[in-house]
Amino acid sequence: MTKEEAENGRDDMAIDGAEQANAIPDGFNANYLRIYYGKLFPHADMFKWMSYGNDGKHPACDKSYFGRREFSFTLENDIYIRFQSFNSVIELENSIKEKCPFKIDIGPVYSVDPAKRHAYAGDNVFTPVERELVFDIDITDYDDVRYCCTGADVCLECWPLMTIAIKVIDAALRDDFGFNHILWVYSGRRGVHCWVCDGKARRLTNEQRAAIADYFRVYKGNENSHKKISLPGPVLHPFLARSYTEVLKGFFEAKLLPNQSLLSSEDRYEKILEMIPDASVASELRGRWQENKRASMSKDDINLVRWDQLKSVLQSGKQKTQGIRRCVEEIVFSFTYPRLDMEVSKHMNHLLKAPFCVHPKTGRVCVPIDPNNCDEFDPTTVPTLSQLVEELNREGLRQDTENEWDRTSLGDSIKFFRTTFLQPLLKSCKEDIESSYNTKLQQSKNTLSW
Amino acid sequence: MEVVQSHRKSSSNNVIVSTLPLYRSAPPLEVRLEDFELFAMDRLRVLKGISDGLGRGKKPEEMEKLIAYLWKANMRHPHANEEANKDIISHFVLRLVYCRTEELRKWFLSMETTLFRYRFRFESSEAQRALMSEFKLPYKAVSNAEFESVKDKLGQVARSMGQTLAAADAIFYKVPFEEVPELVAGRRVFIHKGHAYVAMNQVVSLVVTQFRSYLSKALILTNRKWTSTVREQEKDRLAPIVEALCTSYLGPDYSQPNEVGEISLKDIYQIAKTSFPLCMRHLFEKVREDHHLKHGGRMQLGLFLKGVGLKLDDALAFWKAEFAPKVSAERFDKEYAYNIRHNYGREGKRTDYTPYSCQKIISSTPGVGDHHGCPYRHFSEENLRAALVRMGVSSRAVEDVMDKVRNRHYQLACTLTFEAVHGSSCDAGINHPNQYFIDSQRILQSKNGSVA
Repeated sequence: MTKEEAENGRDDMAIDGAEQANAIPDGFNANYLRIYYGKLFPHADMFKWMSYGNDGKHPACDKSYFGRREFSFTLENDIYIRFQSFNSVIELENSIKEKCPFKIDIGPVYSVDPAKRHAYAGDNVFTPVERELVFDIDITDYDDVRYCCTGADVCLECWPLMTIAIKVIDAALRDDFGFNHILWVYSGRRGVHCWVCDGKARRLTNEQRAAIADYFRVYKGNENSHKKISLPGPVLHPFLARSYTEVLKGFFEAKLLPNQSLLSSEDRYEKILEMIPDASVASELRGRWQENKRASMSKDDINLVRWDQLKSVLQSGKQKTQGIRRCVEEIVFSFTYPRLDMEVSKHMNHLLKAPFCVHPKTGRVCVPIDPNNCDEFDPTTVPTLSQLVEELNREGLRQDTENEWDRTSLGDSIKFFRTTFLQPLLKSCKEDIESSYNTKLQQSKNTLSW
Repeated sequence: MEVVQSHRKSSSNNVIVSTLPLYRSAPPLEVRLEDFELFAMDRLRVLKGISDGLGRGKKPEEMEKLIAYLWKANMRHPHANEEANKDIISHFVLRLVYCRTEELRKWFLSMETTLFRYRFRFESSEAQRALMSEFKLPYKAVSNAEFESVKDKLGQVARSMGQTLAAADAIFYKVPFEEVPELVAGRRVFIHKGHAYVAMNQVVSLVVTQFRSYLSKALILTNRKWTSTVREQEKDRLAPIVEALCTSYLGPDYSQPNEVGEISLKDIYQIAKTSFPLCMRHLFEKVREDHHLKHGGRMQLGLFLKGVGLKLDDALAFWKAEFAPKVSAERFDKEYAYNIRHNYGREGKRTDYTPYSCQKIISSTPGVGDHHGCPYRHFSEENLRAALVRMGVSSRAVEDVMDKVRNRHYQLACTLTFEAVHGSSCDAGINHPNQYFIDSQRILQSKNGSVA
């Protein structure tokens, strides 16, 4: 095959290409996607996940459950279709392969099949009944505290802000709220999504979701207000205190402060001095740093030196007011504490991109992230669509078409998804279905007894 | 203060029963038709008073006094029995009035819940415990052993709120966190493995949540019953009373801008300078400066302009022109036009959205990159002062406004601004940006005899 033919993207290139020595040109297009949906996208796993055990043979399984879930597809040319629903894995898989959506979103499980919603009149008849608790963290919300990139760019200097967010939120979801079935996913470009899939989480009302989102909310503000973090009270709530001592403080002092040079130049340290409510304290520090501009007395990083000075001034015994002492934590929080998109979490009917989609602008697959190892996650090495197509090509034509993903870089992600998330989740769902069935049996027995 | 009535002893088993009703079921009482309306109006005065108080940003201690006063002024009756009846009857009548739309239900739910919350707080602790068991809350007090193991954390939470942990015999309840969303949202409880540890004095929250959720469901049922059977049956008797009660007390929602008539696109730029409240001025300036606004800002400003009288075509032209330096015409049509038409009720489920009231705007949560919200609440002192000066407010007036802001009376601050800018008083107070606009235009037109 010639290079031109390869670039024209004919379908048969992937199957013929054992001899193809040229690399697959980079990019995102319908032809690559078709191959991806044909051989790599884990349709069956997604079906099993979204069924939450209701695809089994147990008499208590709700056969209508999967069919009441809304999916939405964004097709090529930005055509957007909502309220897609499917009654089986075959229907789901065929529709995806046929329509080849550039993006797949997952919505809630409704009270009735979304495709039939118009048949039901009146308020509250067509309404969401279950939906995972979801979170969306986007690095563009941190643009006012990172200097290495802006907007949609992300690099290894600022990505750790996402890692920190995962650690703080994940710990709270497990320890404070008692959730167990949590999936973290790379959003494909500049952020992460979190899917909390416990039954209790799926049945939360909008009000309860809003409460959880507010529990996590610390950052309040924009360019119109100066002080964006306010931590009143003599002591921090245990959740905030734990986040600070176990995650935020260490990260700020060891990584963010030096890597983003937060105190090295005047316009950068002014931003921090602005957060100190006492003008005289701020000018004391300002004076010292302005003098020190050229002289560097030690080999230590100037940011760390100045941070130490700031801490000792603010936390010294001389400071009487609560607000001054607390300022150190407020500064650390304002730079590092997770910034969630509240609206995503608060509403059951919010649609969120499905894991294992490919991001159209970067070509990267939305792969799961292991919260226990999130320090190791590198967004710049996530498999891309063209990379995966090339890997498939290299393997050549094979007799077995099962598990082709296992021969590509996607293999590890899918295995991780199955073993750490899907299997434990399904086991727990099965137990729940059985136990609620047994409870019902018991109840009906009791009512029959004299 | 006397909202708490003396306890009545139940004749059968000498148990002290609180007289705070839960409104679980409609009472089998006979009501005279006149009382039907009068009782409801009296209660409505109480609810409206609560709404006013909340809108003015009153603190809890002030609300307590206000509610005690409102109840005493409107709902008292020399006979305790009669008072209880009036309480129950008026509540159920108002359910009929306020069950009809989502917005009415939301308002009624909010006011009744607030009323209930404060009345509950006035009750003695035995009465409160009795009410808790009526709600059948299956929460157990935390055992001593468990208390010891979490005492530190409980103390931390208390101190984070500027309180201290009560004496060693403090009673705590362990409840699933879903039952106390308000406490969770405010980080006012210690949560562990899905359970919240709630102090006795926070029990109010538990009970109020139950009350609220029950009433919310009841309102939906009432609506169904009303629309399917009762309204027709009561066409000549109760229905007219119910309709009248509703419209007489909720102010205009400014969704039909017939008072002002239409405003053309070229007028917008002029009237923005003279008649827009600060929140809308700011958004308007920002969209012209940045050639963009995030979703929250587009909603708040867009719906306001609709209420002002901007027609859909002009609105589309406006946003398109302002966004033009950053967004091509095609991209605009693809990404933004739909939502604007949606706001005007031309897409989707064709709801004609109403412009946001001050209460709604004040309680919004602008984040990074946002410019919506209420500047009196969301701006820093510095930025707010600068904005007021730019509006032409004198420095003396600015101080008065800042004083209101410090006391969290955001709507009063806006009212003072209005008065300073227009040189005349505004007795009704500002409750809605479109009201500010209409009042402003009225004053300016009476001075000039034309659109100012």
